[in-house]
Amino acid sequence: MAFIPHTPDDVAGMLEVIGVQSIDALFDEIPRELRAGVLDLPPAMCEMEVGRLLAERAASDGRPLNFIGAGAYEHHIPAPVWAITTRGEFYSAYTPYQAEASQGTLQLIYEYQSMICALTGMEVSNASMYDGASALAEACLMAVRANRAASSRRILLARTVNPTYAQVAKSIAGQQGIVFETVDFDRSKGRTLLESLQPYAGQDINALVVQQPNFFGNLEEADQLTEWAHQHKILLIAVVNPIAMALLSPPGQWGSAVGGNLGADIVCGEGQALGVPLAAGGPYFGFMATRMQFVRQMPGRIVGRTVDAEGRPGFSLTLQAREQHIRRSKATSNICTNQGLMVTAATIYMSLLGGEGLSRVAAACLQRTADLVARLCAIAGVKPAFTAARFHEAVLLLDRPVAPVLAALARRGIFGGLDLTDRYPEIGHALLVCATETKLDADIDAYAAALRDVMQSSRAAA
Amino acid sequence: MSNIPSDLRYTKSHEWVRREQNGTVAIGISDHAQSALGDLVFVEVPDVGRAVSAGEACAVVESVKAASDVYSPVSGKVIAGNAALAAQPELLNQDPYGAGWLFRVQTNSPADEAGLMSAADYANYLADSAK
Repeated sequence: MAFIPHTPDDVAGMLEVIGVQSIDALFDEIPRELRAGVLDLPPAMCEMEVGRLLAERAASDGRPLNFIGAGAYEHHIPAPVWAITTRGEFYSAYTPYQAEASQGTLQLIYEYQSMICALTGMEVSNASMYDGASALAEACLMAVRANRAASSRRILLARTVNPTYAQVAKSIAGQQGIVFETVDFDRSKGRTLLESLQPYAGQDINALVVQQPNFFGNLEEADQLTEWAHQHKILLIAVVNPIAMALLSPPGQWGSAVGGNLGADIVCGEGQALGVPLAAGGPYFGFMATRMQFVRQMPGRIVGRTVDAEGRPGFSLTLQAREQHIRRSKATSNICTNQGLMVTAATIYMSLLGGEGLSRVAAACLQRTADLVARLCAIAGVKPAFTAARFHEAVLLLDRPVAPVLAALARRGIFGGLDLTDRYPEIGHALLVCATETKLDADIDAYAAALRDVMQSSRAAA
Repeated sequence: MSNIPSDLRYTKSHEWVRREQNGTVAIGISDHAQSALGDLVFVEVPDVGRAVSAGEACAVVESVKAASDVYSPVSGKVIAGNAALAAQPELLNQDPYGAGWLFRVQTNSPADEAGLMSAADYANYLADSAK
């Protein structure tokens, strides 16, 4: 059997059946001015030439010391993670179409789902999403489907949620008539201000989105926020860092059990920290978990454990009647795949570290960031912006504009953090810094020395 | 041959309607529909108090191979949903005209029912559809 589609004979045969002269004629209805025309590309290169070009480009990055977090985190990835992930048996980024034929892939996804449930304290996880930001957008759409107590499409979004996530959620969910209201934060503590929720008490609201730790690295008052939401029949969507879950109270335990509503209702986040290397543009992966009560409203694929006709254990895709290939236009969502290869790496990463290893990574991150903040804030003109407890990021306030300082640090081979001035002008000259377990004492010393130098020389220049 | 009780009225989308003593109507799906769907695994019924109009999708029946909307044949207000189906969706397979009822509606437009098919018409409709 030949597997080459579209031979010239095939094409001619198909054109004849539909009565069209050429393939180009099929595109006649697209106006000329909207067509791409000729692509201006250099001549093709051979493998050796491309290899040299890319090696030169990669070398131009240098080997910077990175203290930027802000949603994507540099962690040590044990060598076995990608050695196992890239084995032929796993090295496919796609859930196979004949899913049940690939029991190994399905078992891995099932184990992944179980681990996400254990980390978040939730009852059911899906097989993963594209990334953290789109997972939040999907969580917002899901909340509107799931919250039968609310008839509005209004969602409260804490200003301390990653601004990129907020932007993506608005881009995706906003197109479906969902309106987002921003909840302000406490300027001195750097966490969501409970009083700023009060105007919404008694209003028809679907969900409240909070991030833990929040975008500033600070810990939110998750119990109080969850209780407030549930008191007002509002679903609580938690955006969490999976590494932090090894130390913090999991969303499934937030709040109180009053009315049988213990915990967050939907949990989502970015999974990159679990064994996926930093890369501009990804691929990363999102995760999502919820209560069993809402499972039919959850987007994405779900793998279940079952038994075959002879009683032997096995795995299958389950609850597929939510999905597009069965529900068509009324499907729960248009997500009908997962981020398979990244999930494979994450599952192997979590398996290798185990609960204890993850706790040690999280504890090391906490300590490194505390060390970093202490060292940097000993420098004249640098102080912490907020007083709330934090995990592995912190906002620092400088006595001068941040961008020139970061540029000077970059010239010294240090990526000193993220300038928050445009995103949060209300804070002032704010710099978001992060130190994970990958930063040794010598690295923190190097950053502190460079920053002291930059601050002194730029003051001298001023 | 599927069971088509003569005292009910039917829709082309395979719902049945029974006029109750108290003036409300009970709604379910026909024996033919449950048989075509196969073993049901999940049934979602509308919330009590919801206003529905004739032709509006307001319940979902999900089997191992398909999920379908159920359309209200009449306009009115939902006064009851069959809560037993949440734990035992198979009741709908076993007894589609009895224990497998879906929801009850207080109608506000008696004319809706007049437009529905009799059992004989529905039997002919099924026979024609099968051709």
